[in-house]
Amino acid sequence: MTTLQQAPPATTPAAPPAPRRPGPWRRRALRAAALAAFAGLWQLLTARHVRLWVRFDHLPTAVQVWQAFGQQLGTDQYWTDLADSLRRIGSGFLLAAALGVAAGVLTARSRLAADLLGPVLEVVRPIPAIALVPVAIMLFPENEQGIVFITFAAAFFPVTVATRHAVRAVPPAWEDAVRTMGGTRVRVLASVVLPGALPGVVGGLSVGIGVSWICVISAEMVSGQYGVGYRTWQAYTVVDYPGVFVGMATIGLLGWLTSGAVELLGRRLTRWLPPHPGSST
Amino acid sequence: MSLALTARGLSLGHPGHPVLSGVDLAVEPGELLTVVGSSGGGKSTLLRALAGLLTPTGGELLAGGSPVRGPSADRALVFQEDGLLPWRSVRRNVELPLAVRRVPRARRRGPVAEWIERVGLGDHQDRLPRELSGGQRQRVQLARALVGAPRAVLMDEPFGALDAQTRAAMQQLLLTVRERERCTVVFVTHDVDEALLLGDRVAVLGGGTLAAVHPVPHPRDPAARTAPAVLRLRERVLAELAG
Repeated sequence: MTTLQQAPPATTPAAPPAPRRPGPWRRRALRAAALAAFAGLWQLLTARHVRLWVRFDHLPTAVQVWQAFGQQLGTDQYWTDLADSLRRIGSGFLLAAALGVAAGVLTARSRLAADLLGPVLEVVRPIPAIALVPVAIMLFPENEQGIVFITFAAAFFPVTVATRHAVRAVPPAWEDAVRTMGGTRVRVLASVVLPGALPGVVGGLSVGIGVSWICVISAEMVSGQYGVGYRTWQAYTVVDYPGVFVGMATIGLLGWLTSGAVELLGRRLTRWLPPHPGSST
Repeated sequence: MSLALTARGLSLGHPGHPVLSGVDLAVEPGELLTVVGSSGGGKSTLLRALAGLLTPTGGELLAGGSPVRGPSADRALVFQEDGLLPWRSVRRNVELPLAVRRVPRARRRGPVAEWIERVGLGDHQDRLPRELSGGQRQRVQLARALVGAPRAVLMDEPFGALDAQTRAAMQQLLLTVRERERCTVVFVTHDVDEALLLGDRVAVLGGGTLAAVHPVPHPRDPAARTAPAVLRLRERVLAELAG
């Protein structure tokens, strides 16, 4: 084997000078402080019965909500509701992720699929998923399936559209490279199209999980039995205002955690992307 | 084992807007043919047609005597840039042609390691393409193109985006590597000096037609760059490109 001697030593790309950034702990502290300030301002406005033009005197105080939250955490009902909503989100979102990616790839890669599926998708897409509640009630024998359907419909379109754009944006050279190695269509799909479109797909999933939460909660409020959305609306009808806020805080936290999980998974899968200067890691 | 490539009356593009028209070109097995032309002159189109990525609108295209019906591992392609899959490490990019051919993992290791070594990237095999310099990325492309022992390598301005010094090193690397691999090489460039340095013959392509094919005096001899015969040919090629 001949090793090359004439070649000059491979020059390593110059590492960019590390920009001075605040340490991770400082940033975490800053974020916690922002949340605390928000709660503090809320407490101040509600405890003092502030009436500017908007009225804070009807709202429960942050402390009241905090106490109600603590109380509810001790009940089985809270956790059952949580599990119900999570199960609905889980099944609806996973279904949307799988079918959305499939539909996006299909419409981007096949003209026939684009002609057959495209128009239907474009007409259904602008309909807000929550407006599908009557359809869901008529279609499915059980409420539960209807709610999962609405959650699915909410996430499906962002995932499909993002996937379609991402697949179309994959540089043709990558595909040409694998084709000139004798790669089949399936090989090109598995080795080039899917990994190459992944960053865009992750963006679609991120949007999708957020919309899914909006819709699962709304669907539970309209037609649900159990679940965080149902419980929140229930609290409102029995004039348990702290209970309403516990529900809202729960939704906020769950939404934050699940989209964080999607983001984290996405970042792990797309480590090959150049690091973003503003990324929070 | 090297491949003859033949174009007969090759045409490509829309009627009224041809990119290539009536190109007759015979690439001998084992030769290094450089194709020189200005941008937009159809060089890349010719190369992609030879690779089987574009279907001719007229004429015929033969590889080893049989018609080209699509891409094949027989004819490896090297791109100007962006040809590497950015999520695969150097090693995994180089092994791709073998993986596509379903060579078992254990039998990939040897040739992959050998080629990474031969292009001088032994210390970089676990890096991602974005962690490499432009020249290093082209080394990876060269290793990837050759690891599967193709019968022809088609190179589309592979060193066009490199600085002069890196470019010279890469030209040298290509020639060194070719000492042992007797595959046919078609090398497209817009740089006349590069075409004359690397080629056994140089084909001049302008406005979608083949102006001429010249044998190069003293091929691959850097010291002969200023030889009168080479300078005369250089003038001639430049004139053909201008006219």
